[in-house]
Amino acid sequence: MAADMRLPSIRKAVSLLDSAFDRKDLVVPGDVITSDTGFMRGHGTYVDEEKLTASVAGEVQRVDKLICVRPLKTRFNGEVGDVIVGRITEVQQKRWKVETNSRLDSVLLLSAVNLPGGELRRRSAEDELTMREYLQEGDLISAEVQSVFSDGALSLHTRSLKYGKLGQGVLVQLSPSLIKRQKTHFHNLPCGASIILGNNGFVWLYPTPGQQDEEAGGFYTSLEPVSLADREVISRLRNCLLALAAHKVLLYDTSVLYCYESSVQHQVKDILKPEVMEEIVMLTQQKLLEQEG
Amino acid sequence: MATVQVSEAEKVYILHGIRDDLRVDGRGCEDYRHMEIETDVVSNTDGSAKVTLGHTAVLVGIKAEIGKPRPMVPKEGYLEFFVDCSANATPEFEGRGGEELGTELSNTLYKVFNNKKSVDLRSLCISAGEHCWVLYVDVLLLQCDGNLYDAISIAIKAALFNTKIPRVHISSDDEGGKEIELSDDPYDCMRLNVENVPCIVTLCKVGHRYVVDATLQEKACSVASLIISVTHKGTVTCMRKVGGGSLDPESVYEMTEAGKRVGKTLHAPLMKLLQEEESLGTKRQKVGFLG
Repeated sequence: MAADMRLPSIRKAVSLLDSAFDRKDLVVPGDVITSDTGFMRGHGTYVDEEKLTASVAGEVQRVDKLICVRPLKTRFNGEVGDVIVGRITEVQQKRWKVETNSRLDSVLLLSAVNLPGGELRRRSAEDELTMREYLQEGDLISAEVQSVFSDGALSLHTRSLKYGKLGQGVLVQLSPSLIKRQKTHFHNLPCGASIILGNNGFVWLYPTPGQQDEEAGGFYTSLEPVSLADREVISRLRNCLLALAAHKVLLYDTSVLYCYESSVQHQVKDILKPEVMEEIVMLTQQKLLEQEG
Repeated sequence: MATVQVSEAEKVYILHGIRDDLRVDGRGCEDYRHMEIETDVVSNTDGSAKVTLGHTAVLVGIKAEIGKPRPMVPKEGYLEFFVDCSANATPEFEGRGGEELGTELSNTLYKVFNNKKSVDLRSLCISAGEHCWVLYVDVLLLQCDGNLYDAISIAIKAALFNTKIPRVHISSDDEGGKEIELSDDPYDCMRLNVENVPCIVTLCKVGHRYVVDATLQEKACSVASLIISVTHKGTVTCMRKVGGGSLDPESVYEMTEAGKRVGKTLHAPLMKLLQEEESLGTKRQKVGFLG
């Protein structure tokens, strides 16, 4: 019960890789990228006294003659095929508006979801009227980016059984730059819970589901209590994710799992204390390094 | 108030978790998140403190000014509270958006400190009926992540502890008028006794149980909460119910008892920390806002 009070400490960077510091392609605003005039100015750069200068902190990318800086701290810039986790903010005619951590709200069209009753069902005017029964304001969904509009807004689809409405679980909101792009963003972790690492930085933790009812089309959510053991695993994973994010470690199934393993000796609620966080992130990085080489 | 959206299924998950005494972040129902407290962070105040509780961040500055005592209590100084909601915390506070919350918070603070014991107001008197110290307590909300009341009260206690009021010497001149002279020595100052300053405990009723230090998500699941300010002895100085829902008389009693119990345990570690910080003196490396 006792409250843990402390003096703030200056945050140290926990990193086993020194090479990250002398990487040439990382710039901060005002850094001169090149003084060669043969290059074209892309996003995140400006020309100052004929020198190409960075206007954001991030990584320099060069495509032929075009130089861009991809910012590290940013909102989500979606690409086709990205897996996202989002929250419904509005129900409109034939579409839902979805909050996905991008600059503009994304849209999920009624024609881009699987309705109960099979894939080939025709969408009637009645479906339009009962849209709120499927997804209402505040609901969480997992989806895939179907297309990107010219203004950068995303159009989503859930036309697969793995996407759809999310049931009981915990959402963790992190920076999209921390999510590592992978073949699959859905993982059933061996520690007893499942995770969806949305490319938009929203991570969904949920108890590993049993048999799924295909007829429901992903709109059925179980409100049965989750067992205490599952809860503990989910809470631990949540705190591990926050610890990794606080120390800017890339998130993917292996890093999350290693962090989970390094944290088992601590109580779940202690993981977020700075010194414990530092310790388990250090252990995780060590394990990741060993695995790589 | 900064609010978050939570889906029905998430609510059910949070509710069942609290029933099982395991909250989403692994805490029990009566656990606080870890708290970071630093005093003397703003140099142009007489006392200041910054408290971070989870992602909630509160900055309190106290400025002492010489004013006229209230006619009803000529021998006492007084405290003025003002809460400012920075638009940094949430865009909702932009413009006049945070005004309502700010007034609500400062009104609660007036109630909490509206008694003779919390702060020794007599020590703020300079000359009865003519001059007294007025302490302007300015609270700035930098980030909102639930449980503002508790964080603010702890920050105020820490800032009051840190407050250094210059000593004054009253000398009367030939014509019988009084002249107030402030001491030039910055170390010649008066400190306040903060032993009896209460801390606020907010208990949120979620389902059939209550939690302390609710996060925004948990707050979204609760319909009513009880705010209790408790001194280190367990004396309750103020109690308020906030939120639209209703509370059973029995659960109010239960929550008051729990609030007293939790509130009492807040004071000892806080005082210990403040004294420890004080003993480090000027050697202490200040973290401030960019650490």
